[in-house]
Amino acid sequence: MKIKNALENYSFVLPAVTIFSIFYIIPFIWVFQLGLFDWDGISFTRVFVGLQNFKEIFLQDSNWWQSMWNAAYITLIALTFQNILAFMLALACDREIRMKNFYRVIFFIPPVLSEVVVGMAWRFIINDIDGANIINRTLTSMGFGALAHNWLSDPNTALTTVALVHCWKGFGWGFLIFLAGLQTIPRELYEAARVDGASAWQSFKKITIPLMVPVMVLVAILTVLGTMQVFVLIVSLVGGEFAGHTSVPVLRILASMRGSSRFGYACAQGITFGMVLIAISFIQYRFSKKGH
Amino acid sequence: MWRRGLGIFLFLLFTILGCSPAKTDLKPSISVWHWMTDRDPAFQELAKKYESLTGVKVNFELYAPSDAYSQKIRAAAQGINLPDVFGILGEKRDFASFIKAGHILDITPYMEADNENWKSRFFPKALAVNEFGPENSYGIKPGIFAVPIDIMTIQMVYNKKLFSQLGLNPNKPPKTFQELLDIGAKIKAAGMQGLVSGWGEVWMIDCLANNYAFNIMGKDKVLATIRGEVAYTDPDWIKVLSIFKQMQDSGVLAKGLVTMINKSAEQLFANEKAVFAFNGSWCVNVYKGMNPSLEYGAMLPPEISNQHPMAIWGGAGSSFMVNGRSKNKEAAVKFLIWLTDQDQQVYLAQATNNLPANKNSLSKIPEILSQFARGMDYATHPNVWGVSEFSLVIEAFDRGIQSIIIGEKSPEQVAAEVQKIKDREMAKKRAK
Repeated sequence: MKIKNALENYSFVLPAVTIFSIFYIIPFIWVFQLGLFDWDGISFTRVFVGLQNFKEIFLQDSNWWQSMWNAAYITLIALTFQNILAFMLALACDREIRMKNFYRVIFFIPPVLSEVVVGMAWRFIINDIDGANIINRTLTSMGFGALAHNWLSDPNTALTTVALVHCWKGFGWGFLIFLAGLQTIPRELYEAARVDGASAWQSFKKITIPLMVPVMVLVAILTVLGTMQVFVLIVSLVGGEFAGHTSVPVLRILASMRGSSRFGYACAQGITFGMVLIAISFIQYRFSKKGH
Repeated sequence: MWRRGLGIFLFLLFTILGCSPAKTDLKPSISVWHWMTDRDPAFQELAKKYESLTGVKVNFELYAPSDAYSQKIRAAAQGINLPDVFGILGEKRDFASFIKAGHILDITPYMEADNENWKSRFFPKALAVNEFGPENSYGIKPGIFAVPIDIMTIQMVYNKKLFSQLGLNPNKPPKTFQELLDIGAKIKAAGMQGLVSGWGEVWMIDCLANNYAFNIMGKDKVLATIRGEVAYTDPDWIKVLSIFKQMQDSGVLAKGLVTMINKSAEQLFANEKAVFAFNGSWCVNVYKGMNPSLEYGAMLPPEISNQHPMAIWGGAGSSFMVNGRSKNKEAAVKFLIWLTDQDQQVYLAQATNNLPANKNSLSKIPEILSQFARGMDYATHPNVWGVSEFSLVIEAFDRGIQSIIIGEKSPEQVAAEVQKIKDREMAKKRAK
């Protein structure tokens, strides 16, 4: 009877496990296996090089680690600026304000736009010679003309500009999830707190924040995973890696595949990148569990 | 009982008919994959014409943009389901990999048949791009492996109207590098934008740098560098890298050039917002579409030295290969012979404003295309050099030039960094 029950239970999870294995586990193992070869992606012969590709990534490929750092910088800005903005706007829309449905729609427009469209649009807004130069014009009209320059072609500002455009595009997702999370908090808790004489700040600190921690962790994980993999926006904003200043891991993987025809090395980079993302997500998850 | 009998009869009938040989008089259908959005309507038209002449159906399938096409071709090669005819986007080493894997038919016998009837119609430099010579470094059996459909040269173009506004003679583009720098000063003073190009996508930087490398040190020394016999820290290479600093300092280069994609550069030049552009002959069609009244001329990059001739990248613009595993390869070759015939090449040149690969079709092209065609005398291409630089070295070189333009690194620093990577790659090659 016990065996029958166990078999029954396994039969329910079998389809999910099978699909997950076929589309995730097996390809991951396959890509790892390809990472052990020197292969141009075309010929039928592959040369086994063991962990040589991984060794090169860790010990020699400074461009790769610069791209990781750049992606981490964009992610840091997204985790802070983008998510704080999303949370504040969600808080505002959670209250009984006029036209809140209109704001919800407006805030959700950027995420549904294609990254190419967003990149081209912002390139037009920012650029001074092939665009409308709106930012520089605004700065000049406000008396900050000295700050006006080509934001995308200056190595000091290119990455930050990319990060801010990414935040503009991405904050709508966080906004939606935060808003959904805020709406699950029972209103009675706030009413009881108000009856007990709690101020708005105390309610926020003692009710909203603790109950929103799981949602915040979810948004943080999604932000990290989404932002670390950004690349289309970069290509459409600055045309590519811009002397390494806007280089990100996915662009490096593409460069290895297409530029150098090193498919084996690109697979090793993909595995390394995947492991880093899994590790970050795991750490975030552990922290949130501890905090809870 | 009769139902059963009828069933058996029908089963046997269909089985016998199904197993009978295919009709031998059926004409094959040729599939062609390409990425050339601007040439697709003309290809479709030619396919219709070919079908009406021969009864052979040709299916041109467009996959754009070129990046997506490139991935599709590689995926198809891995799955051994390439079409009968296709093109490859990439370097010579990729071309060699396709040949080694048996994906590409050696068309030398067809080219040389009937006293080289087919071969003789092409510009030799266009064919050279698709050829592997004796003792090539890729280990490919010598021969011709692709058919050039059109040719291209990458040169500078200048806006005649803006030249007049700067007080320059619109029919006298700069001939020397110093003249170019002097114009840069005028551009800066007038608040105009100088040279635009797709330098955000880097390969075009490499192209101009190679042009000047040939002009400064000559072909032999450039190839010796690729073979590892001359270092990138050599004074001549420092001079090549310094050109970009000089152009930036003088005002020749447009603002934001290092992050500019070629489409933006083409828009800027077509909209008369830039004095110069560095672009391929395909730009004639692009500019015509964006601004039909644009007045411009093509010119070679101004020489910095008179010791060696200036070289520009040129040769086969786009080429088609025949699938070595295709059962229709004979029909595919016949179609390509027809496609590169004089009449079809004239039609393609007129419909798409690209330079024809057939040298007998040049007489009926517009003046601006003729200017690009004259550049063929100076044309060279990495694909004909017989040796190729490590891709990581090319990447470091191009990124280094971007760093020089934005004032982040000096030419000497970049040269040292490039040489370091070159040494590492050479050591890896020796260890293999």
